[in-house]
Amino acid sequence: MDSVLLIYKGIYILAIFGISLLIATYSTYFERKIAAFIQDRVGPNRAGPMGLLQPLADAGKLFFKEEFIPAKANKTLFILGPGIAMLVAAMSSAVIPFGDTLIIGETSFDLIAIDVNIGILYIFGVVSLGVYGLMIGGWASNNKFSLLGAIRAASQNISYELAMGLSLIAVLMLSGSLSLKVIAEQQTGFNWNIWYQPLGFLIFLICAFAETNRTPFDLPESEAELIGGYHTEYSSMKLGMYLFAEYINIFVVSAVMATLYFGAYNFPFMENLRNAFDDPVLGNNVVTIIGVGVMFAKIFAFIFFFMWVRWTLPRFRYDQLMKLGWNILIPLAILNILLTGGGILLYEYFTKG
Amino acid sequence: MTLSERMYLPAIAQGLGITIKHFFKKKATINYPEETRQRSEIWRGLHVLKRDENGAERCTACGLCAVACPAEAITMTAGERKKGEEHLYREEKYAVTYEVNMLRCIFCGLCEEACPKAAIFLQDDKLAPARYERDEFIYGKDRLVEPLKTTETK
Amino acid sequence: MTESLFFFFASLTLLCAIMVVISKNPVFSVIFLILTFFTISAHYILLNAQFLAAVNIIVYAGAIMVLFLFVLMFINTGKNVEGTIKRNVLAKIAGTVAGGLLFTVVVAALKDVTLGHPDPATYESQVGMVENLGKVLFTKYMLPFQLVAVLFLVSMVGAVMIGKRETGEQNF
Repeated sequence: MDSVLLIYKGIYILAIFGISLLIATYSTYFERKIAAFIQDRVGPNRAGPMGLLQPLADAGKLFFKEEFIPAKANKTLFILGPGIAMLVAAMSSAVIPFGDTLIIGETSFDLIAIDVNIGILYIFGVVSLGVYGLMIGGWASNNKFSLLGAIRAASQNISYELAMGLSLIAVLMLSGSLSLKVIAEQQTGFNWNIWYQPLGFLIFLICAFAETNRTPFDLPESEAELIGGYHTEYSSMKLGMYLFAEYINIFVVSAVMATLYFGAYNFPFMENLRNAFDDPVLGNNVVTIIGVGVMFAKIFAFIFFFMWVRWTLPRFRYDQLMKLGWNILIPLAILNILLTGGGILLYEYFTKG
Repeated sequence: MTLSERMYLPAIAQGLGITIKHFFKKKATINYPEETRQRSEIWRGLHVLKRDENGAERCTACGLCAVACPAEAITMTAGERKKGEEHLYREEKYAVTYEVNMLRCIFCGLCEEACPKAAIFLQDDKLAPARYERDEFIYGKDRLVEPLKTTETK
Repeated sequence: MTESLFFFFASLTLLCAIMVVISKNPVFSVIFLILTFFTISAHYILLNAQFLAAVNIIVYAGAIMVLFLFVLMFINTGKNVEGTIKRNVLAKIAGTVAGGLLFTVVVAALKDVTLGHPDPATYESQVGMVENLGKVLFTKYMLPFQLVAVLFLVSMVGAVMIGKRETGEQNF
């Protein structure tokens, strides 16, 4: 039985890896499509039906471009940079519960790659490492614009990680567990955390934008001032890996937001649906499969939101960014923790007498 | 600024509303090679050298078009019609070469107005397309003269 | 299995730590230091202290080393690093003596240490989990915990004081 589970885990991890790569690939397509639609254009529509093969064409182009390494660049670190960015981005989707349990025969299969009891801390730690890819790449390019981009990336990520962590603590106070699986299980039906944590969600959302270097916080790669920031000197697939890592990060952050605040794979009336089946196993499996679809729908909604915001808002100025992070979001997050703590105390006072 | 203005969130929501409205709007794009923009009836496109009802070239190489041309895009050399070529050229004098430089041409249509023989016209359904080489923009008689209606004679 | 993993990670830790010291390029030193933190986190996981492992990575590798790298980027770490450090004989002797003394102290401190041998039958494997850690911190070690918090507050106030803009003309 153990070997069955082991093989299953291997296949599942591969599948998750493949899915996140696929979603990242097609995020580039949808980014361009959404940008075009918002600007009253039609977007890429030449490669394949509706331009659906555009990501392949882009990848092909990137692979065949010249691989340029600046003469005075630190070669090892220059190559290491995009590698770290990509590795870290691909690692982080391991602890996200994409679905509940599937029961086949006697065995039950959890739709989560590794269920560690520190799941959210794992994601947090891995995401915080992502900045090394940008910093090392930017520094190794031996280019002032790249260096500025790297420095901006570093200070921005550190600043917003604080507010992100603090807004997370309020959720953890409600759930009492660091495991994403437990957090997801607690939000059955329509009992999502967003109803209890609207302020925390807002803070987390803004920090998520900053952590993934997306507009309006894409100062590390602002093309107008820094010619692309940390990836100014990169070309070919190394550039592609940086861009790819950004899209995987968006996918992961969307999945985390869906799990923490929007009930992961839970959807309204799921218990009614489960009980509608006579066979409990069948009911469970049907609910799980619909749940996976719901989870991905939520993730796609968030990815769409990320792109929607990108093509709506202009970029922040750097001092505004820092002021927002330190002077507004962190105090708000602390206030949110206090409010949540007070709320929990009041609830316990009234329910337990 | 009031508090709600300083929070920026209402303004951001408003902006998001505007962009999502545009998201579902009808697109302004015209997919060019497949569909073309509707042109005006007096659209001045690519030049054509007309033939008369018998299939003979109308142009008599008088050079009035070249004189009228503000961009000096038209050059031609005249030649005398030999015996037996009456079915090819209407007048006794004809254009041996007739070149329009499409890079210079501003498609003003003055040549069309200057022509006494009603030989040159700017078509309303054809454009001078983009090409890779500059040479290819110099249109000679091979590309300017109206093709014959029948396919028997070349 | 666990034992071989331990030896693997221990040797990796030592290797990375040595590389931190002997790397010529400070940026490589920082990267090896990050690797060292990772291997130490691996040790924590072997000890079933997952919370400590994660926090070690988040705090040290994720934040503090980013700041290290941040500062290093501003310093010109190009060619002239070798030349700027004066290496006279006296400094070498002083360095050797200091290092030797530190080594002696470490050896002396470790000589009389008795290693704890927890009984596998009564050993509680959940001792490193978040809940237990929190309970211990907020009951048994309440006072040190609060004192550390006060210490952080003091350092934060100090940082704000240093970073505060002075009144008067502002140049940007």
